[in-house]
Amino acid sequence: MTPVIEVDGLSRRFGAFVAVDDVSFEVEQGDIFGFLGPNGSGKTTLIRMLCGLLRPSGGRAAVLGFDTVRQTEQIKHSIGYMSQQFSLYRDLTVLQNLKFYARLYGIPRADRMARIEEAVGIVGIGRYIRQQAGQLSGGWKQRLALACALVHRPQLLFLDEPTAGIDPVARRALWNLLFDLSGQGVTFFVTTHYMDEAERCNHVGYIYFSKLIICGTPNALKALPEVTPAGTVRIEVNCPRTAAAMRQLNTFAYVQDATIFGDSLHVLVEAGAEARVADDLAAQGFAGARVRPIAPTLEDVFVTLTRAKDEERHV
Amino acid sequence: MFRGLTSIVYKETIHILRDPKTLFLMMLIPGIQLVIFGYAIDLDVRNVTTVVYNLDGRQASRDLLDSFRNTGTFNLALDAGSDTELEAAIVRGDAQVGIKIPPDYTDRLLLGEPVAVQVLIDGSNSTVAMQALNVSNAIALTESLDILPRIVGQMTGPPIEVRPRVLFNPDMRTANFMVPGLVAVILQVVIMLLTVVAIVREKEEGTLEQLMVTPVSRFGLMLGKLIPFGVIGLIEIGSVLALMRFLFGVPIAGSLLLLAGFTFIYLFTVLSTGLLISTFATNQLQALQLAFLIVMPSILLSGFIFPQESMPPAIYAIGQVVPATYFIRIMRGIILRDAGFYDLFGSAGILGLIGIVVFVVSALRFRKTLA
Repeated sequence: MTPVIEVDGLSRRFGAFVAVDDVSFEVEQGDIFGFLGPNGSGKTTLIRMLCGLLRPSGGRAAVLGFDTVRQTEQIKHSIGYMSQQFSLYRDLTVLQNLKFYARLYGIPRADRMARIEEAVGIVGIGRYIRQQAGQLSGGWKQRLALACALVHRPQLLFLDEPTAGIDPVARRALWNLLFDLSGQGVTFFVTTHYMDEAERCNHVGYIYFSKLIICGTPNALKALPEVTPAGTVRIEVNCPRTAAAMRQLNTFAYVQDATIFGDSLHVLVEAGAEARVADDLAAQGFAGARVRPIAPTLEDVFVTLTRAKDEERHV
Repeated sequence: MFRGLTSIVYKETIHILRDPKTLFLMMLIPGIQLVIFGYAIDLDVRNVTTVVYNLDGRQASRDLLDSFRNTGTFNLALDAGSDTELEAAIVRGDAQVGIKIPPDYTDRLLLGEPVAVQVLIDGSNSTVAMQALNVSNAIALTESLDILPRIVGQMTGPPIEVRPRVLFNPDMRTANFMVPGLVAVILQVVIMLLTVVAIVREKEEGTLEQLMVTPVSRFGLMLGKLIPFGVIGLIEIGSVLALMRFLFGVPIAGSLLLLAGFTFIYLFTVLSTGLLISTFATNQLQALQLAFLIVMPSILLSGFIFPQESMPPAIYAIGQVVPATYFIRIMRGIILRDAGFYDLFGSAGILGLIGIVVFVVSALRFRKTLA
């Protein structure tokens, strides 16, 4: 079976600036592919190229088996796109927005209302159907945008930071929706900043300074030897005064890396040294530290890899 | 090729109907502008305030002043007692024209000798000055012709006489000349701005990008945007023409059907121009600035106020690519001269050609600006 998205050496330059640099990856049907990276790293540029809005400067990409440059029109019928900012018509009602997109995608008149009801049912926006889109709250706006992107039953949906700026409850609701739809065979390509969202994806790619650094399932990424080098162990340290404790930990010779995670610390230490950490901290005035071994989180993965890349860049 | 056209028309119609205030203004503003400009733009010069310094004072001099008064051009409102007063009145701006009749005016006429009457004209307003000059000369000429036979004693009239007959606007009313042109200019400003703003707003709000990932075609999107504003334009032109006919009393001499047909061509051209501007502008402020680049020549170089024939060649050439030029010719032709299809075919053809070229260029640019 051909992949839903096939990207091969894709690049895009804007003048001297390289926004996307030689990126290659594949996305299979039914995947939720999470695309991560800091602001300005090239996520939106990549999506716009895949949607046929922007021509690549180099390389090629195919979406649903169609070339993104030569067969843009075939692609447009089967994809949905939800851009970063709300881009529906604020002065139209929810229903009018949906009707407009249903017509635009050429859904026959006889099926139109049924399709709209279907999309409304999926996102659960039924009670706001007569409200102007501009008056909806952030979460409902996102759901409406999703409904408009779903009304033509796309096989593939591009979501550019769909949860930016909406509250945690709405965020969770949106993700549950994505899981439901992905269960029905819809493929998702989602960009996000949030690590917890990345953990929910079947595949993640991490783009940093225009280059795709890494791509794979979250578990495969966590098992990468670069993340936890041979002879080291990743531990979580719980103790008061985390910030001061981090500075202290970094002075110990056996500590390779220490990062704050909320009220705890994730520390990479030489194997065998984990038993000494609590005592050494107590000796420096950080009494009562609790230490336990942990598997790396995706954030650990990205932080470690970003740091390695930075060192490469600066050498 | 026109995929998505009806959906875009549907959406634009909702936008327009959703905002009744804007709709109301769209309909009202052309009418208000027509009334204001129609009354204000009047090139007929009347009641020019005139100061008189009459050193003669006898019957013959008073007859001459009556001749000035009777033209309607001069309003002999002020009297001066000296040369200084006469000049001071003009310098102060109290009067635009000064007439000085010498003390021996009557005597010299009786003796059959030539006599000079001084007419001072304030040249700061050239239109007024020109008219005052022409009328003064004409008065001198007719008065002289009255007197001349008595002195010469042979002829009973002037040797050569021009008998002008003004066709198609016999009273030479400015309104008849200006209002049809005004319709063309107002329509251009209002319709073009509406189109530009409607498209550029979609760029600003990111909704255009959203549209570009749907299967809507370029032509479907562009025409879909133009059609609702075209309909508004037709309604506006109808109401403005009605105002012209019934408020300003400018009769429409020619065929209304022909007028309607050519109006379609003009509207298409104006809407395409709006489209072209919107491909250059990324925000509404830029769009307004760019629109003025089109609006100014449409008013100044189209022959709306100033005759194109007297412009320098380079400026004249600019006037020839402004759509308003041709529609003003068409409007004046049909409304004032009862011109028919074949009389105006050339102007309409050029107008349509400009429209098609602009539309195609916009279509080509439309893709580029998004990619």
